[in-house]
Amino acid sequence: MTEMTANMKCRLRAILAVAATAGMASASMAASIDFGYLGLTRDDRYHEDRVYARNLAQGEGEPEPGLAVALRESRFNAKAVGVELGEKQVRADDAKGLLAGIERLYGEGTRYFLIDAPGPVVAEVAAAVKGRDLLLFNISAHDDVLRQQGCQANLLHTAPSHAMQADALAQYLVFKKWRSVLVLQGPLAEDALIARAFERSAKRFGIKIEARRDFILSNDPRERDQGNVGLLTSDADYDVVFVADSDGEFARSVPYRTVRPRPVVGAEGLVAVGWHWSWERNGAPQLNTRFERQAKYRMSEAGWAAWMAAKTVVEAMQRTGGADFGKIRDYLLGPEITIDGFKGHRLSFRSWNHQLRQPMLLATHNAVIERAPIQGFMHQTNTLDTLGFDQRESQCKF
Amino acid sequence: MRMIKAGAAALLLSLVGVAAAKDSGRIFVSSEKDHAVTVLDGKSLEVVKVIATGERPRHMQFSPDHQILYVVASDSGRIDLIDVATLEVRKSIDVGEDPEAFDVAPDGKHFYISMEEDAAVSVIDVGSGRQVAEIEVGEEPEGVKVSPDGKTVYATSEVASMVHVIDAATHEIRNNITVGNRPRRFAITPDGDEVWVTSELAGEVTILDGKSDRIKGTIPFKPKGFRDEDVTPVGIVMTRDGKTAYVTLGRANHVAVVDVAKREIEDYILVGRRAWGATLSRDEKTLYVVNGLSDDLSIVDTGKRRVLKSVPVGRVPYGVVVDD
Repeated sequence: MTEMTANMKCRLRAILAVAATAGMASASMAASIDFGYLGLTRDDRYHEDRVYARNLAQGEGEPEPGLAVALRESRFNAKAVGVELGEKQVRADDAKGLLAGIERLYGEGTRYFLIDAPGPVVAEVAAAVKGRDLLLFNISAHDDVLRQQGCQANLLHTAPSHAMQADALAQYLVFKKWRSVLVLQGPLAEDALIARAFERSAKRFGIKIEARRDFILSNDPRERDQGNVGLLTSDADYDVVFVADSDGEFARSVPYRTVRPRPVVGAEGLVAVGWHWSWERNGAPQLNTRFERQAKYRMSEAGWAAWMAAKTVVEAMQRTGGADFGKIRDYLLGPEITIDGFKGHRLSFRSWNHQLRQPMLLATHNAVIERAPIQGFMHQTNTLDTLGFDQRESQCKF
Repeated sequence: MRMIKAGAAALLLSLVGVAAAKDSGRIFVSSEKDHAVTVLDGKSLEVVKVIATGERPRHMQFSPDHQILYVVASDSGRIDLIDVATLEVRKSIDVGEDPEAFDVAPDGKHFYISMEEDAAVSVIDVGSGRQVAEIEVGEEPEGVKVSPDGKTVYATSEVASMVHVIDAATHEIRNNITVGNRPRRFAITPDGDEVWVTSELAGEVTILDGKSDRIKGTIPFKPKGFRDEDVTPVGIVMTRDGKTAYVTLGRANHVAVVDVAKREIEDYILVGRRAWGATLSRDEKTLYVVNGLSDDLSIVDTGKRRVLKSVPVGRVPYGVVVDD
């Protein structure tokens, strides 16, 4: 213990000495804002088989280039307020490894972290840094629980929740008067979360769920009633088939195999996503070009959410005129901020659960068909709050 | 159908010879997806000619003597020079990847061009076509405007939410001013004292002091019956006396009429869908507005403050200018 203290004193003296010799220069030296990027060494969501299949709701690769693009396009803003932006990456096998990375970077002064991991990993990492003066941006986990009971003040979500995705889709179904739905649900834990979110939206917007059937990936004739799309979609009348499939492997074989000639939505056909490469308005083509140049693949939802996370910090930095963490955090989460997500609306964080309110794009494989909130769905304060958990439904307590 | 009609008109014109020089009253509209500039007769509003340009023509400006129409062809990385009398592309100047908007120095000698991909303002010598300077600015620069005395160049960066104030002589940035989100285009009072800039996402105009570069005020637009996110001001044009400004409100499908001195909105005029580019006739009795999502041109009587006629033009019209 004494040895450590001595060591620290020694280091402190060294730092002071450097500062002294630097003299005036140190005063004008740029402040810095570093972003820690946290990703798993092995993440099944980016397994080469899944990426190869290009499932509709799935990215073509990791979202990290989104952060790199955000920092690059913010150079001018940063320079104008005398701040230097930087990125540090952490790759680890699990939540514990990511936490060790956070500690190391925190010690070096990093206060902003982006985490790209499935919901349970995000939950574990977030819980361990609860109450700390840092911001953790969830850029890819859709789990509603992270916005509800599992919320916390320093956990911000630029990724949309399952509830937001389901509400966007439900608004579209109502708009089209496709009000009766057959739900096909997969065996994975996240499939159940997606199906539950859709059930909530159906109730909210007056959509009737005609039947809910479980599917499995199987060619076994003994299980064919659960593996065969024809059998799964027979003996019921419905306007649309909603597929709750977080993996996407089953969903991609549903369109055109249904017994009735009905559209498929959810994980295939038409999906609700935070971003799509075919979005053409609000400067989207320029952003898509920048991302593609950096990544060599197209921008998808998580790539956008990574970009967006850094951009919210940059916006707050620019408006507060510096790198002060407290000022940036307060402005970032406050009502004054206008965040430009290249989706046309003025974005900001919901005060009750720190979810970024944002439009959802309803997309097919190569076109955005509609943007939600859809015209006609009203809200007393902000139409974006017709998507996801509104204040009165919030179970989040910071 | 439109193309055939235009072709026939062009043929007819080439037979009789396009003798009319400047002050022809013709209306020129650039269409991003047609790779062409559509020329309309100022009175009959019939298509006179569709001039093929480089890909994705966007911003247009006349040379100070109105003999040449400069057209930025963004996807071809060049400026096409159209002879206003003959309606032929005379020459093209390569300016680099993805130019968007530009201004011409008062003496006609230089172009100041926003280079969207490169995050730069490029200064090009009009005569030689050579680049004189390149000024690094924030990402996605768009609107460019030279002050009436030619000494200052203003440029917006949509991503950095900034107006860059550039010294035209030294090509150095004098100031970076943070304004409302997604700043787009400018209008300047004749004395150069006030620089008005539209902010698309913030839904407002920011007024800068032309001398001190400080923000003097903002004008938010709130036409009735529109959601905030649909109020997206982009285009702006001012009368020559600097008393009235017309601001196109994009998705809100209206043009705001603003008293410049009082900074008061006097009226909102309904036009087509996603109104962006706008220009005034010389007598300022007519305002022309192009609507990007309804592919048409609204012709507005500025006295009555209402649309007299809508004329279909090419796909995704970007800009409009009048030779009168």
